[in-house]
Amino acid sequence: MTTQEALFKYTLRLGDCSIILAQRLCEWTSKGPFLEEDLALTNIALDIFGRGKSLLEYAARIEGKGRTEDTLAFFRSDRQFTNYLICEQENGDYAKTMIRQAMVDCFDLLLYSELTKSKDETLAGIAAKSVKEITYHKRHSFSWTDRFGNGTEESRTRAQKALNELWRFTGEFFEVEEADEILIKEGVAVDVKSFQNKWETELHALFEKANLTLPETVFMQTGGRKGIHTEHLAYLLAEMQALPRMYPDAKW
Amino acid sequence: MKNSAYIYKLLSEIPDPEIPVISIVELGVVREVSIAGDTSIEVKLTPTYSGCPAMKQMEDDVRKKLKEDGFEEIKLSIVYNPPWTTDWLSAEAKLKLQKYGIAPPEESTTDKSFLTGKHKSITCPRCKSKNTVMISQFGSTACKALYQCKDCLEAFDYFKCI
Repeated sequence: MTTQEALFKYTLRLGDCSIILAQRLCEWTSKGPFLEEDLALTNIALDIFGRGKSLLEYAARIEGKGRTEDTLAFFRSDRQFTNYLICEQENGDYAKTMIRQAMVDCFDLLLYSELTKSKDETLAGIAAKSVKEITYHKRHSFSWTDRFGNGTEESRTRAQKALNELWRFTGEFFEVEEADEILIKEGVAVDVKSFQNKWETELHALFEKANLTLPETVFMQTGGRKGIHTEHLAYLLAEMQALPRMYPDAKW
Repeated sequence: MKNSAYIYKLLSEIPDPEIPVISIVELGVVREVSIAGDTSIEVKLTPTYSGCPAMKQMEDDVRKKLKEDGFEEIKLSIVYNPPWTTDWLSAEAKLKLQKYGIAPPEESTTDKSFLTGKHKSITCPRCKSKNTVMISQFGSTACKALYQCKDCLEAFDYFKCI
């Protein structure tokens, strides 16, 4: 694998994670638990979409085969998406959405903070921009996790159920593949192992404060980065891609 | 040949699409202007937020303005570094925001208190009371939070620090 191929793969994965999670979050639009929360979540989704767009745009440029961020987003099938499985999981109730978000925000903040030091200027720039935004997102999802956990028996039960369901998808965050290895050596990619402990410590502290217990050791699901997804991704894509696939010449 | 001061003045005529009382120059999204000749120019813009939906509108407005001024070869590029910060809003721009009904950012981003929630109270842009409360960290657009004044009871937008 050449450095260029590795960089394409790496950037595409970061972009895919962002786009798919943002699309998921958008499903809450107009259905939030109350107006301010509806706005909050759509704002968060918009930030993540923006990041995804920048990343896919850059991935297309690295690849240099005439694809654009739009063709990458709308004209690939589920097997060609490399996002982590956690991003595509269904929203469930608000507790599930917030627990998922807390896990991802915590990871993303550590990841993108490190990525600001990347030798790749474009990635470092996108990361610097994103760090400011994720800081706000994390504050939001962490406070909701706390509120659900320490709220009523019903909210705690739901938050615990969500944690039990989602924890198995977090192993993927810390996998390292060939493309990562090549780029870590070049000082371009982030070595996720370097902050795995920090991520665990922060989340453990959050769940403890929220009166939630981590599930016993579970089998960690994997496959996203190889394009092997849960059944939820194809449905998400069917909705996201319907218009441009039906009308490929449609213009914004 | 036109100089960059001239171009900045020209671009100052373009209002922000969402907050029309300040220009895109005052907002700090115009990062660099390189004039290559009488009809050729490159302008670098930076988004306030990654997903700012007004970015496309700003690009179109800049292109149109430069075209009207006789430029034919216009290159627009988006830069991310250094990332946009509310510190780039001038004192004058902040005053304009306040008059428009949006509370301007009160801290500098070097002061991290805005993240821990221990920030000083935000002044109501209408009645100037400091007796205000945050309703939501996320407001009507990505760059704003939603507050309410407990004295005049009016809800207002706060341009949050990033």
